[in-house]
Amino acid sequence: MTNHLISRRSVLAGTAAAGALSLTGLPTRAAEPQWKKYAGTKLEVILAKGPRGDNLQKYIKEFTDLTGIQVESEQIPEQQQRQKAVIELASGKPSFDVIHLSYHVQKRQFEKAGWLADISGYMKDPNLTAPDLVESDFSAAGLQYAKNDKGQMLSLPWSVDYFILYYNKELFQKKGVAVPKTFDEMVAAAEKLTDAKDGIFGFVGRGLRNANMTLWTNFFLNYGGEFLDKQGNILTDGPEAVAATKLYQTLLTKVAPPGVAGFNWMESMASFTQGRSAMWIDGVGWAPPLEDPAASRIVGKVGYTVVPAGPKGQYSATYGDGLGIAAASKNKEAAYLLIQWAVSKKQGARLLQAGGGVPFRNSILNDPEIQSGVKMPKEWLQSVIDSAKISKLGLPVIIPVAEFRDLVGAGLTATLSGGDPAAELKKSHEQFRPILEKSEKA
Amino acid sequence: MSVATQTSPAAADNAAPEREWRPPSYWPFIVPALVVVLAVIIFPWVFTIWMSMNEWKVGSPTTFVGLANYVRMPNDPRFLEAVVHTIYYTALSVLLPVLLGTLSAVVFHQKFVGRGFLRGIFIMPMMATPVAIALVWTMMFHPQLGVLNYILSLGGIPPQLWVFNPNTVIPSLVLVETWQWTPLVMLIVLGGLAAIPTEPYESAQIDGANLWQVFRYITLPLITPFLFIAGMIRMIDAVKSFDIIFAITQGGPGSASETINVYLYSVAFVYYDLGYGSAIAVVFFLLIVALAALMLYARKRMLWTAIGDGA
Repeated sequence: MTNHLISRRSVLAGTAAAGALSLTGLPTRAAEPQWKKYAGTKLEVILAKGPRGDNLQKYIKEFTDLTGIQVESEQIPEQQQRQKAVIELASGKPSFDVIHLSYHVQKRQFEKAGWLADISGYMKDPNLTAPDLVESDFSAAGLQYAKNDKGQMLSLPWSVDYFILYYNKELFQKKGVAVPKTFDEMVAAAEKLTDAKDGIFGFVGRGLRNANMTLWTNFFLNYGGEFLDKQGNILTDGPEAVAATKLYQTLLTKVAPPGVAGFNWMESMASFTQGRSAMWIDGVGWAPPLEDPAASRIVGKVGYTVVPAGPKGQYSATYGDGLGIAAASKNKEAAYLLIQWAVSKKQGARLLQAGGGVPFRNSILNDPEIQSGVKMPKEWLQSVIDSAKISKLGLPVIIPVAEFRDLVGAGLTATLSGGDPAAELKKSHEQFRPILEKSEKA
Repeated sequence: MSVATQTSPAAADNAAPEREWRPPSYWPFIVPALVVVLAVIIFPWVFTIWMSMNEWKVGSPTTFVGLANYVRMPNDPRFLEAVVHTIYYTALSVLLPVLLGTLSAVVFHQKFVGRGFLRGIFIMPMMATPVAIALVWTMMFHPQLGVLNYILSLGGIPPQLWVFNPNTVIPSLVLVETWQWTPLVMLIVLGGLAAIPTEPYESAQIDGANLWQVFRYITLPLITPFLFIAGMIRMIDAVKSFDIIFAITQGGPGSASETINVYLYSVAFVYYDLGYGSAIAVVFFLLIVALAALMLYARKRMLWTAIGDGA
């Protein structure tokens, strides 16, 4: 096994060698990878709880039938999964071969620590990679997430989360309000839709510290904000940030339900599904509960569209997760077959059609046959496709993402109880800057 | 033990030479306990103190920094706020359950029909899992959809923001804590009440004392030791309370309900700053030890009141 591995690696080392192998060695079978080659291998997978994990576990038998590889997988709630993974990876002997990672939180940390195996070589090896899996099929955001500074692929992008605008068509019609295309229109619409006496509010969104950053950064991007300058200094207290915070403050204090400062997506969704809030900006993955009669009072009345434009642009704040292979794993090739299968067209189509996630691969998203099988409303799919065109990473790619979200997020929450946007941002960045500098130096 | 008793008669005559040091014969019996204590108590503590003196971030190399992590604390506004929140939270969640628990113990001490059944119902919150409770309360607190505001609206009281407002979040969390832990105080005090002899009450009746006087001058002094125990248990529980706060607010809104424990968790397991996290843990531990010692000292001073210490 060891001998075999070494010889494989040396073969994989250069593209030329890999190309030669496919020309001389196996010309007829080059179309499909050698799925069965690692039959009998056992893989351990650590997943974050959610629809992606469900989708993998539900069909894993197909993978075992195809490859003869046994897969043990477990789903752990996101927060705990991140902790467990980091602690095990830091120990050097992780109990898993394949890890489900959140790019927007973990990308930089994982790269810097060197925890993930480089799969660039595998992707060029026709014995390991199906011909339709090519880098160019992934969206720009996906590649940005999966590649490190040196251009090595360290994971395969699995599912992308675009921020979109959900709106309640019934409330819009009742007040004769048009779907907003810009931030100004959105504020005006929200004011019209708010009817505090009846407990109806124009806008709802995350106010809770940390969680709120994902909403706020979409405002920040549309005001023309950039997270970092060329030297890696954080810019989220500049004029764009102040403008974004003012908008955030206006929406969440004037036209949002009381108590929104403590709302995460769950409370926001509760308010929206009960028909108490007319607009909600959040990740694209919430369509299934909104369209589920058991959980929602507004089934069939939900409109889906892109986040309105700001004065300096229109973007959809983008987050995402991927599948990587632990650098310490002894079954890297088998693990690669698994993650390839997980992001394959078939699995991606299932994910998209159930509304459980959006594949990073354009060949899946733009396939009319797959599109026609989507169980969510057409508008939802359209909002996904439109968001893909204006996608921009929603958080800075730095190591202390959690500190950034906590500290700046607390400043934002403070503006909801009357804090001055510029002063609060200044205060939280005074705390955050030293942390960032320290982590980048280390 | 048997070895010791065999040698003692011989030692009785010429005690002096026999006094020279020999390995105590009981030591093999201590070893198992010693190993366990070393492994699960002493070692983790020594290791935590060691970590607290290092710059120790998961994924980066560690360096020894001496007391730098401790120096960071007084300059860390989030830590200082967390200390204030912890004190506020603890004070309320000792006071309210002890007050209500004592009151309900006095009530449940009376004989009335269905007392056993009602006592059973009353202690049920204590048996529930805090995280499950927390999730239920989160929805009850919801300002738009929660049942609490509905109940208030029946009485014509305007809706409140409960845990969704920085000013009311801690009292609201204490409400949950009180709901869950009042029964524990009640049980302890009930035990105390059962131990009080009936004679003082009889003489009080003869002297014509009213109900308040009976409570103030007989019952209260006699159950004070029990109140101290209940208060101490409550205090240690409240200081280190984590599950209810974390599950309901995660320390929010902003950081308005971030106690030392919640902050410690963030530092160590979200920011992966194990060095600083360990330093906070050490300080936190010392704080709990100091509080417990203070309570024990106060209890000793108060012991003279325990005239009828029949328990």
